[in-house]
Amino acid sequence: MPSQNATTQNEPVVKCSSVYKIFGKNAQKMLRESNGKVDANEFQKAGCVVGVNDASIEVYKGEMLVIMGLSGSGKSTLLRCISRLTETTSGDIHIDGKDLLAMNRKQLIDLRRNKMGMVFQSFALLPHKTVLENIAFPLQIKGINTSDSMKRAMDMVDLVSLGGRENYFPRQLSGGQQQRVGIARSLAVEPDIWFLDEPFSALDPLIRKEMQDEFLRLQDVLHKTILFVTHDFAEALRLADRIAIMKDGVIEQLDTPANIVLNPATDYVRKFTEEVPREKVLKIKSVMDSNDGTEDFSDLTISQDAIIETVAEAILSETKRVPVVDTEHNIVGSVHSSKMIQILFGKSKAAETGN
Amino acid sequence: MGTNIYEKHPKLAQFGILLVGFFLLIILVSPSDTNVLWRLPPLLAPLPGMINDLAENLMFNWFPVQVYDPDLDDYEQTALLRELTRGFSRGVLFLIELIREVLIGGVKTIVAFTGWEYIRENPWAIWPALPWTVVVGGAALLGYALRGVGLALLAGISLSYISIFGQWEPAMETLSFVLVAAPISILLGLLFGIWSFKSRTVEAVLMPLLNIAQTMPHFSYLVPVTVFFGVGDHAGAIATIIFATPPMIRLTLLGLKKVPVEVVEAGMMSGSNDRQILLNVLVPTARHDILIGVNQVIMQCLAMAVIASFIGAKGLGFNLLLALNGLRIGQALELGICIVLIAVVLDRLSLAWANKQTDYFADLNFVEKHRFGLIFLVIFVVGVVLAFLGGMIFKDGINYFYFIPHNKGITTEYIWQSGVDWMVDNWYAGLQGFNRGLIINVLQPMKRAFLSMPVSATFLLVMGVGYIIGGTRSALIVGGFLLFIALTEWWDRALITAYMTTFSVIVAMIIGLTIGSLCAQNSFASKTILLVCDTFQTFPSFIYLIPVIMLFGVTDTSVLIAVIIYASIPAIRYTVEGIRKVPPHLREAGLMSGVTPLQRWIKIDLPLAFPHIMLGVNQTVIFALFMVIIGAMIGTDDLGQLILKALSDKQGIGNGLMLGLCVAFIGLVVDHLINTWAAQRKAALGFGE
Repeated sequence: MPSQNATTQNEPVVKCSSVYKIFGKNAQKMLRESNGKVDANEFQKAGCVVGVNDASIEVYKGEMLVIMGLSGSGKSTLLRCISRLTETTSGDIHIDGKDLLAMNRKQLIDLRRNKMGMVFQSFALLPHKTVLENIAFPLQIKGINTSDSMKRAMDMVDLVSLGGRENYFPRQLSGGQQQRVGIARSLAVEPDIWFLDEPFSALDPLIRKEMQDEFLRLQDVLHKTILFVTHDFAEALRLADRIAIMKDGVIEQLDTPANIVLNPATDYVRKFTEEVPREKVLKIKSVMDSNDGTEDFSDLTISQDAIIETVAEAILSETKRVPVVDTEHNIVGSVHSSKMIQILFGKSKAAETGN
Repeated sequence: MGTNIYEKHPKLAQFGILLVGFFLLIILVSPSDTNVLWRLPPLLAPLPGMINDLAENLMFNWFPVQVYDPDLDDYEQTALLRELTRGFSRGVLFLIELIREVLIGGVKTIVAFTGWEYIRENPWAIWPALPWTVVVGGAALLGYALRGVGLALLAGISLSYISIFGQWEPAMETLSFVLVAAPISILLGLLFGIWSFKSRTVEAVLMPLLNIAQTMPHFSYLVPVTVFFGVGDHAGAIATIIFATPPMIRLTLLGLKKVPVEVVEAGMMSGSNDRQILLNVLVPTARHDILIGVNQVIMQCLAMAVIASFIGAKGLGFNLLLALNGLRIGQALELGICIVLIAVVLDRLSLAWANKQTDYFADLNFVEKHRFGLIFLVIFVVGVVLAFLGGMIFKDGINYFYFIPHNKGITTEYIWQSGVDWMVDNWYAGLQGFNRGLIINVLQPMKRAFLSMPVSATFLLVMGVGYIIGGTRSALIVGGFLLFIALTEWWDRALITAYMTTFSVIVAMIIGLTIGSLCAQNSFASKTILLVCDTFQTFPSFIYLIPVIMLFGVTDTSVLIAVIIYASIPAIRYTVEGIRKVPPHLREAGLMSGVTPLQRWIKIDLPLAFPHIMLGVNQTVIFALFMVIIGAMIGTDDLGQLILKALSDKQGIGNGLMLGLCVAFIGLVVDHLINTWAAQRKAALGFGE
């Protein structure tokens, strides 16, 4: 995970500060008069709808930020502000240090052709084009010649495991397959920033799980900077490096999945976290005891990034403390089976002992 | 459902009061020329004359310009508009001649570049016709290249039929005219459709114009076109373009509006500029509706083939008209089939072209890449050689491998004719009995009833219904349409048109509901009947007159039967579609409550499908109106008859336009009422569209 210490070294790839999006005729004027304190009810009376209310987020290179919220929370609107599909009412958005909102049409088109890719909830495939042609579309728009763009598109077809179906039309594919095409299309120009707007929401639960796995596999290879929008809290927990939870256009909490589960900032966030089985969400790292170097360890070692549930049984069968290691096999902490029992069967206590 | 009926009650009560008022007026208002409650004074009567003067002024006096005349070697004074329309006419005519002469030869294209002098001095300078075998082969090859063997066979056999039956020349004349009119209509339709998609103002201006344009009968366009563009093939093509473009505009706009926002966003996120969004995203995604538009354009073009022959378009339509006038049913039928075949082939070819796929990874050598060009070359050479050989084989001066003249083709005319004769001999008494019975017992009383309606009663009824359905606004709109008609001299004629339309619509709806409901019970039957409807809809409206005249001769009954058949098509289609659209879970809920099939039909299918069926009624009315006007060709005494008369009158432009507007307004009254009602009903039932 690109942890907080990376923050100080790198410029964020996407940086929004105090972004407002208000729909309606007098939005600009109302906003100026309100001095940044936007009350949705008051705006509504004046015929304005508040989409995004004072949102600030930063996304770092290789990080996956999930924006989570129920319908009408403004999550998709915020994403559309950042991709500039809708014009922001007020605020600053910088992409790679460049002011997005100050860009002219040509610069914006250039940015989208080279840096951005986006996946849509309804797949948004062009119905008259085949799988291959759909994937090649952004390349052809860019002006790459037919044979090169088709070759590149064919690589993408293989990447999303649709080989053999490249000449199918979208209507001949299942929802999951169509979204694979959408994913392949958004990746065809090798964008640095990848926007996904509820990409799996229109899919059946089993397919959704499969697509999430596929998506994690891709991200493992590609290391894109990702903004992912979803209304599914479990999906957010599963995928995110950090989660921004939105309600009525306001970001209620922006933190890592573990912190959100363990320390919900508002009652609204708590409602989501209450029912979440921690062992299925939290990684060992978030519950391990810090390493004081004197312990007598078991032979078993576990990764700090392992989900608790997947290693709980192994830990419980050890009598000694189990060392926790990072990717370079340095011991960074340890877990005892008693802790496991606490987490699995005594949830409130586990929450107290968590960081 | 129970609460719905209660909710309806206030409206029912209003309707009852309205009917009472209506009949009171009928009883109380006495027929007299001076009573404005009986008939309004024809205040608009001078309007046609004014339109005539205006048109004449525009054509001959407005904005004079100096134009160089090469024949006189001098400048000549003429009106700007006249020069513009002349130039346009010349352009269209040149295109038609060009295509025509590629197909059947001629000299006019050469003349256009040189002059008649040149032809006289060089008798060899005649463009030779393509042998018909080459055209047939080319069409089949095109079909194969676009779709496959099936389409190749369809195109090949259809064109062979036309040639073998000796209709080659008129068919190619019609084809050349369609090949010019259709692309121009499609292009104009696309342009205006896109423009109205981009600009709300354009849409707001265009929509009412389109409404009127689409409800004006074909004939009313003819007079203005002859005034501005003269008479001939080009005038026919221009009338066709005017008539065929509105549905294309409408469908383009509809299609563009239906493109999902996310698809456009996906285009933008791919970095498309405005042009790419329009051409690579919006238009192709709206393709389905645009293709329906293209199909409609082609159908309109062929439907106009007959009507355009009134103002000098040559081809199948002209011959069909002659055959109908001469009551040569067999010949008319053969010509009709040719028109239908051209329509079907063009339609399928254009669809196949739009759906064509490309193979990007095929590794092609020169021959494979150009194989269709090479095959055509072979077909061309073989055809020419065959034609050359034919010149030696056939000794009677007619080369059947080159061109089959009209009187030398196969004909089945005598079979049909003897069939008709047989039917006349054997069934005449019975048919005439039915005919007379219908006229005396149903049609004439109905006509009398319509004519004995005081104008005040008509207004009360129509505006009252408008008020009940859509409030004051609707009442005023339909009242305005009626007022226009009532102030012309033709109110009585309009009532006759209304009576014929009403009768046909009632019968067509009974047929449509019965057949439609029966077929909708089963998905196979539904598909079949929709296919039949599709096929029948490709027949130009004129075709329907042929068999009916065969049986009933030239009478009101013939016209009405043709109208009924033609109008039943949308009635059936919308009934089937409406019932098939009823959500299955509602039917299942009904089944689980133990309804019988009849109960299900009455309590579930019909009420839920009703809004959609009413849209079908709307279509039925428009279809019936058109057909009633076309029926005037074989003799009725309604508005259509007058429109026809206006055609032969040089000063007819004013009358023609006004009469056309009268018919259009009858249609628009019905259209407005039904659409308003259906929209409310659909919203109430919760299926928004």
